[in-house]
Amino acid sequence: MAIEVRVPTILRSYTGGAKTVEGAGSTLTELIDDLDAKHNGLKGRLITAEGGLHRFVNIYVNDEDVRFLGALDAKLSDGDSITILPAVAGGALGFAAAAALLGR
Amino acid sequence: MARYESLLDALGGTPLVGLPRLSPAVPEGAPPVRLWAKLEDHNPTGSIKDRPAFFMVREAEESGHLRPGDTILEPTSGNTGIALAMVAKLRGYRLVCVMPENVSSERVQLLRMYGAEIIFSPAAGGSNQAVATAKQIAAEHPDWKMLFQYGNQANARAHYETTGPELLQDLPTITHFVAGLGTTGTLMGTGRFLKEKVEGIQIVAAEPRYGEVVYGLRNIDEGYVPELYDASVLDRRFSVGTRDAVLRTRQLVEVEGIFAGFSSGAILHAALAVAHDAVKNGKRADVAFVIADGGWKYLSTGAYGGTLNDAEDALEGQLWA
Repeated sequence: MAIEVRVPTILRSYTGGAKTVEGAGSTLTELIDDLDAKHNGLKGRLITAEGGLHRFVNIYVNDEDVRFLGALDAKLSDGDSITILPAVAGGALGFAAAAALLGR
Repeated sequence: MARYESLLDALGGTPLVGLPRLSPAVPEGAPPVRLWAKLEDHNPTGSIKDRPAFFMVREAEESGHLRPGDTILEPTSGNTGIALAMVAKLRGYRLVCVMPENVSSERVQLLRMYGAEIIFSPAAGGSNQAVATAKQIAAEHPDWKMLFQYGNQANARAHYETTGPELLQDLPTITHFVAGLGTTGTLMGTGRFLKEKVEGIQIVAAEPRYGEVVYGLRNIDEGYVPELYDASVLDRRFSVGTRDAVLRTRQLVEVEGIFAGFSSGAILHAALAVAHDAVKNGKRADVAFVIADGGWKYLSTGAYGGTLNDAEDALEGQLWA
């Protein structure tokens, strides 16, 4: 079962520079385990030590945020498209500037 | 009511219009699924941001944070700046906006016209460059006041007190509310109000997905989640790419005659997704979504004409929402 996963630039050091990789699994947890087996260390960037999704990582199944689809238990099907993105909403640079102004 | 004592009094009360042509067809005998657009471009400066701008300034005045003649410093990629510039002008403040240089030229012209001063953070340098710029400004001007829309509860409260009640009054049968996710103020405020009043309502977020150039992050830990964001208010959250946003923005004007900015196209894309789900499940749905602003400020991008590929190229590296 093949699922296409789009990897952001900042995580491509784990995929040998590849923009998209293929994985397998019937849940997001299984998929991430499968990806980690092929791209060692990737899991550690997506999942915290406590076992949840990293706060600044958003993962989308067919453009929908997995946090609202059961998070790591989200069900996956053959042909699904997964996108991993860093958490920045509109006006990314504005956010960074604002955070800096407030000393955060 | 059509007469107001001043421009600020004309805030809100925007029209909610049905979209009979873009609403999905349902099988005969199935319950109706209807799309409704809240035309926030009808606000005084032409965007939904007039609501939070006015509420944030008024609250800062009431709390004593803002005093006559003060300078307001706000990081903004456009509409909030334009709205704040108008409010600042009418209330007697000076406004300085810090914004990335990769926003449309109309936004910059509008800000200057309203009297705002602009400090650009370089787009090419990514967020670390923007951080450096902002730190420098803050250090040089410790007396400037920030309203900070990403963490200011008055931003969400504007929508709790105005957008939400307006929607409920105009569409008591509402089943879904769809809006853009930036500062998260619209969704948090409107969403909380509607969840208190309408059983089973679904609050749906559409966030723009830009090309990676725009993010400019070096690692995951540079990410940012606005302080206002509370995931428990949302039921679904969609990431909408440039192509889908442009396609839907064009459909809005071609099919329903609504000339909107690209963030509204992204919102319509998510609204159509939930509408089609309702059709598939044979459920009645009244899906209200936000037209955040008109398309005027984005004409110079060239993305309203040509092929979708051309439009995608034209918007590459731009903050279109």
